[in-house]
Amino acid sequence: MNTTTPRTDIELDDMQGLLRFAHGHLSEAAFLLLRVADPVAARQWLAAAEVTSARGQSPLPDSALQVAFTAAGLLALGVHEDTVIAFSEEFTAGMSGDENRSRRLGDTGANHPRHWRWGGAAADTPHVLLMIYTRPGKLTGYLRSTLTPGFTAAFVVQDTLRSKTTGPEEPFGFVDGISQPVIDWQQASRSGAQARDTYSNLLAPGEVLLGYPNEYGLYTSRPLLHPSGAPGAERLPAAADQPGLRDLGRNGSYLVLRQLAQDVPAFWRFLDQQCGGDAQQREQLAAAMVGRGRDGAPLVAPATRSIAGIDRGSADNHFTFADDPHGRQCPLGAHVRRANPRTGDFPPGSDGPLRRLLRILGFGRRGRRADLVASTRFHRLLRRGRVFGTTLTPEQALRDEPLKAAQQERGLYFVCLGANISRQFEFVQNAWLASCKFAGLSSEADPLLGNREPLPNGAATDQFSRPRAGEPAHCVRGLPQFVTVRGGAYFFLPGLRALKFIVQQE
Amino acid sequence: MTPQSTFMITAAVRRDRLEELRQLLAGMNSAPGFADPRNPLLPFWQFRRLHVARFTLLEANTNEDIKAHGVQPGLWRPTLCFIGDIDGDVDTFLAELVIRAEPGLRQIFSHCEGFDGIHTRLLLWLHRHRRGPAANYVNWRGRTVVQIGEELALREALAREVRRPGGDAQDVHIRQRWRRLQHFVREEVAAGRLRLTPSEPTPPGWFVANLLHLVGVPLLLLLLSPLFLLAAPFYFYRLRQLERSDPQNTLRAAGDHLRALAAQEDIDVTNHFNVFGQVKPGRLRLFTIRMGLLLLDYSARHIYKRGYLTRIQTIHFARWVLLDRNRRVYFASNYDGSADSYMDDFINKVAWGLNLVFSNGVGYPRTRWLLKDGARHEENYKRTLRRNQLPSESWYKAFPGVTAVEMARNSRIREVLEQDNPGDGELREWFSLL
Repeated sequence: MNTTTPRTDIELDDMQGLLRFAHGHLSEAAFLLLRVADPVAARQWLAAAEVTSARGQSPLPDSALQVAFTAAGLLALGVHEDTVIAFSEEFTAGMSGDENRSRRLGDTGANHPRHWRWGGAAADTPHVLLMIYTRPGKLTGYLRSTLTPGFTAAFVVQDTLRSKTTGPEEPFGFVDGISQPVIDWQQASRSGAQARDTYSNLLAPGEVLLGYPNEYGLYTSRPLLHPSGAPGAERLPAAADQPGLRDLGRNGSYLVLRQLAQDVPAFWRFLDQQCGGDAQQREQLAAAMVGRGRDGAPLVAPATRSIAGIDRGSADNHFTFADDPHGRQCPLGAHVRRANPRTGDFPPGSDGPLRRLLRILGFGRRGRRADLVASTRFHRLLRRGRVFGTTLTPEQALRDEPLKAAQQERGLYFVCLGANISRQFEFVQNAWLASCKFAGLSSEADPLLGNREPLPNGAATDQFSRPRAGEPAHCVRGLPQFVTVRGGAYFFLPGLRALKFIVQQE
Repeated sequence: MTPQSTFMITAAVRRDRLEELRQLLAGMNSAPGFADPRNPLLPFWQFRRLHVARFTLLEANTNEDIKAHGVQPGLWRPTLCFIGDIDGDVDTFLAELVIRAEPGLRQIFSHCEGFDGIHTRLLLWLHRHRRGPAANYVNWRGRTVVQIGEELALREALAREVRRPGGDAQDVHIRQRWRRLQHFVREEVAAGRLRLTPSEPTPPGWFVANLLHLVGVPLLLLLLSPLFLLAAPFYFYRLRQLERSDPQNTLRAAGDHLRALAAQEDIDVTNHFNVFGQVKPGRLRLFTIRMGLLLLDYSARHIYKRGYLTRIQTIHFARWVLLDRNRRVYFASNYDGSADSYMDDFINKVAWGLNLVFSNGVGYPRTRWLLKDGARHEENYKRTLRRNQLPSESWYKAFPGVTAVEMARNSRIREVLEQDNPGDGELREWFSLL
């Protein structure tokens, strides 16, 4: 996994394992969406649950359990309202329920929360998310042993999101999860900002975990309690920035969960039709849209400069787009380029004090598109998604006689962790993926995720362009919607002491 | 070249008619805060010189914040503010405004103090209630509304043509292809399907005034520089004292306030922003903000007039206005993207520029040496901005859906098209823009 070895003073025992591990060897998973039926019983059950910590285990465990709560869930469990509102505004407001947020996230049209299976309204927003991971074949047994009478008295199971991973590919058939930030544990106690002129894959712990300095060298706000203010608060960790107070956020993180249905037949058929049935062109167009080949190989050459936090040897991750400013190798609008543009604080070629000063003042930009995309390090996501549905290969998707399997729903339970939902998930989703003006483009949202809704002035967003040197960009029009949001919510994934505190409320 | 101008008309609203006015202005909208160009009150679409306009109710929601400085807050009456950015001079625009929209404007301004129904001569009244900005920014000096519309159509026509089968022969030299497209545009223009209006001559009066400003301001600063040099140690000593002791805001904006702001955001690709706050007490802060705004205005006027304000390429128009005998500052801007990305952009690219001006505002996060830190206190900066932000009652933009970067691209397409003999490199770049 992409983790540096944490320092000894990092409280791995207090963190949930998901922060450090994707539980890759546990290929089956179930995400249980729960409503609290009986708060006392719910707290009892949660207090006894064996939640997996971030401490490495040898041999690897046979199962893992992680727990997260929505704001409504914290309230339902009896956490004081004043404490809950001290979490971030996005978390307390929730993913749905605010038209502006829906607009920003691209949750309009077929993606609108009113069509969601869960989380689209307050009444069907889960309280608790139980994430269960097991070795192959063991999930059903685990679930059976979990659903004890105590559990059924405590919770109503709203939905069970089951997942079985069979390979590294996401449902469209592309190797996924290659790019992940690496938490730089050396920065765990270092406050004060530092500059990163060029792209770095190292991320300050406070970008993922609450209670640690973030990339600004500051602590993201989270509920801090007086030790005597609430029962059990004295057992919470001390706040690093305000030692007199106890930190409910420390070693915890926000967790974003979105259920994304992927229309695999529609994707491959559209591409096939665009390429007139030419298999090679189809693969090329698909790779251009994703920004990688199906095997994960990037479309740009490996970086010649070293990138902090990425091995030179990892060919499919050791690259930036600095030498491809116009998107001729990897289109500007390609999915991986939007999701992680690999930019630094300054545009390329800002070395030396004079050049740097000129850049700060806005002069000497190289080309029309220079410096349009924000610095990446403030907008990273630690992804922990899992696929759902049966696998359908591109070849199967393209058959004339569609398999029965083609009609089944498949897709991704998108999961990401971060300390600031608004600056991380919402920013990436809005400014980079959903925006049809990303990097100076005009009429195209993300080729995979775009909802294809026209702009208010009627302008199209359903195109995809592949810039060419000295030629008008090659343009694909009329992209159908390939991905539809089926549900989603914002959760808080507490540290383990914080979890104890939450389930001991009275 | 037609220079752009800006106007701002302010008038205190009658105490008992504020809500009624809010309703009236909301009636102009097709979406929250988003004006219907064809609304009957002020038919924005008829004005071929108007880029952006808005009505805002300036209310001192954070008036009490200055108490943290041990100062009693001054009185502020809710004030109607009508602003617009236009091509050419303000006088003729206001006259046109009165000719086309007198009944609607009378209806709006009759909610204000000192507007005495039919006895008020509207044009005179508008002129008397004008307020000039302390600093003003225009994304692209000289680019008119007419030009933006024509270049938008030009780019669309060219993009269609090069992709039309047979529209762009690939096997000939790039220059021949360019000539062929030139010919195509000439025919489209002749057929009346495209228009490419040549730019007007620069008004001589404006040219001279601009030149005098270009030279005059540095000259004045040069003359005063010995004085500044003498005062500098005292200034910086006092500044550092204040920077260490000035109270900072850490409060979040109320949920209702945030929701009211969010309700009108991201309806278009361009958003509108209003911040209305108080200047910190004391002469040093007033001097600093005035100098900061002077520098900003000067650089916007003479340097940043071609698509970017330092590293920011997303602002169409912006202004900074000192009000209430310099005790308050109002900032209004039109920018591309969502509010969050706008704030992030500012923090990461021009925190120093924000600090120079806004650190003299009450509640702003702590700076060092005027330029450092400040906005880099990300959360407190965003909170303070949101707390002092106001919604627009009604906002108009002549070209919804078009960003400043796109406008610049379209101008470049026309520029190369109209050249006599562009280089091969320019032509290759030109084709890639289509």
